[in-house]
Amino acid sequence: MRTLRTLPALFKVGFVSALAYRAEFLVWMLTSTLPLIMLPLWHAVAEQAPLAGFSQGRFTAYFFTGFIVRQLVGNWASWTINYEVRSGALSQRLLRPIHPIWFYATESLASIPLRSAFAFPAAVIALLVTDTSNLAHDARLWAMVPVAIFGAWAIGFFAHVAIGALSLWMHQSIKVVEIWSAGFFVFSGYLVPIAVFPRWLQSSPHWMPFEYMHGFPIDLITGALSVEQATRSLGAQWCWVGILGLVTVALWDRGLRRYGAFGG
Amino acid sequence: MHERTAGLAASLRSVFRREHKLVKAVDGVTFSIARGERVGFLGPNGAGKTTTLKMLTGLLHPTSGTIDVAGHVPQRREAAFLDQIMLVMGQKQQLIWDLPPADTFELNRAVYRVPRDRYDATVNELTELLELGDLVKKPTRELSLGERMKCELVAALIHQPKVLFLDEPTIGLDVSTQVKVRDFIRSYNERYGATLMLTSHYMDDVAALCPRVIVIDKGRLTFDGSLDELVRNVRPEKRLTLHFRGDVGDDALSPLGQIIERSEGQVVLQVAQSELAAAVSRALATLDVVDLTVEAAPLEEVMSELFTRGRAARAREAGREPDEAE
Repeated sequence: MRTLRTLPALFKVGFVSALAYRAEFLVWMLTSTLPLIMLPLWHAVAEQAPLAGFSQGRFTAYFFTGFIVRQLVGNWASWTINYEVRSGALSQRLLRPIHPIWFYATESLASIPLRSAFAFPAAVIALLVTDTSNLAHDARLWAMVPVAIFGAWAIGFFAHVAIGALSLWMHQSIKVVEIWSAGFFVFSGYLVPIAVFPRWLQSSPHWMPFEYMHGFPIDLITGALSVEQATRSLGAQWCWVGILGLVTVALWDRGLRRYGAFGG
Repeated sequence: MHERTAGLAASLRSVFRREHKLVKAVDGVTFSIARGERVGFLGPNGAGKTTTLKMLTGLLHPTSGTIDVAGHVPQRREAAFLDQIMLVMGQKQQLIWDLPPADTFELNRAVYRVPRDRYDATVNELTELLELGDLVKKPTRELSLGERMKCELVAALIHQPKVLFLDEPTIGLDVSTQVKVRDFIRSYNERYGATLMLTSHYMDDVAALCPRVIVIDKGRLTFDGSLDELVRNVRPEKRLTLHFRGDVGDDALSPLGQIIERSEGQVVLQVAQSELAAAVSRALATLDVVDLTVEAAPLEEVMSELFTRGRAARAREAGREPDEAE
């Protein structure tokens, strides 16, 4: 109850901080434009005929939607936690009567309006250059979109906090983020839509969390899934949220017993 | 803790065989502090002061023993406990670096559920006492160290904690800011009846704020009592400073006590407490004294002597020379 009542203040501070770091956000956004840069390549591949059902227009819709999804669900809590554990700055969070995970969560969520403001032009461009046939037409699919976006964010957030919590055991857990990111780039549909994967590899991503952080919300928005498929994927996505949430809380609570409050 | 000697060979060796050493940062320290008391927690570097404070605030989990602070076990980090305490660290900050301190104050108001009117009154009072003015509206990164420390104190006290732990609160501050911070801490303690535990390497902080001191060295408690008692135990001699006219030879001064410092027209003598009255009478009778002061030995010297004795005692126990590395 106390945490809920504190959330507006946490969001406010998070948003004001995001504004203070607006230049950094812009740079971060530039680093997430790789799929857009690769778009001409996919256009060329699909010039003669659609590839695995992907026409040029569908590729455009996929990668622009992917860019927007990425802006909405991006996370960096692991870097923050790593720094705070090593520098001892975590102590100040621990002294407050609110679980630190709430601080990290609101910091991430509160920056979404700013990131949306940056992502909005991309959405406008996407609508202008592609026709609406590449978007979902079923209202039920659109109703699932906010839940799927939040689920995608939650998977990324819990994974980042879990990796950040590993720094309570390891000197630096940032290297683990790189492993996680490699998995994300390959299996989420970030660089290559999963439908374009070789047939023998196509089912593997369904058993990993990465697809539910990126490819699934895109497929939902671009109407690539039936309502039944979308419901099943949404269930799987939230199973991952639950699993990673439990792992994160367990790692965090056990890790805190080892916290050395570094730096004096 | 993991340890290895310097160099490439040692580094490579440690990849295959890490050597660990068990170090007791705090060992068998027992004390209790009454509500509203101001206590100095002293010790040389690495004595275990900060470790103890972190255990008392629930940041570190002790491997054994029990701690009770305001009726709570700190490492459980219950909200009711965290509502009552605060740890201010001179070298760490809770202020949000790129935002004005006012934003951190507002965040703490929400986190600690401080009613708006009480918050406004507290912040106004604290900012006035610390002469902060509009500084709370400037981004923290643009404030000087002293200004930041004052704002840290405001942020730490918004919820009016009943137990306040201060770890080097005046480190790096100029002398006038140190005095202001000390005065402020004392007035907070007196006004709210808050219990205060302070670590500082500045003995002036301790002398000004703490009637009682607890000393630890190498994780062990070596003294717990009043500051006067500590000085009497370690350096019972008094400092007698004489200012006189004319030239006075050492032969006239040495019978009064041990000469510590000598300059033109002034001498500082160390005199045993029992011989002080006689020494003063004799000085007044035999010298052309224009001014005279009697003081206890400086606290820095007292502490230094106490730590030196501690090192010597440990060396004797371990059968080595006192100046050999521990």
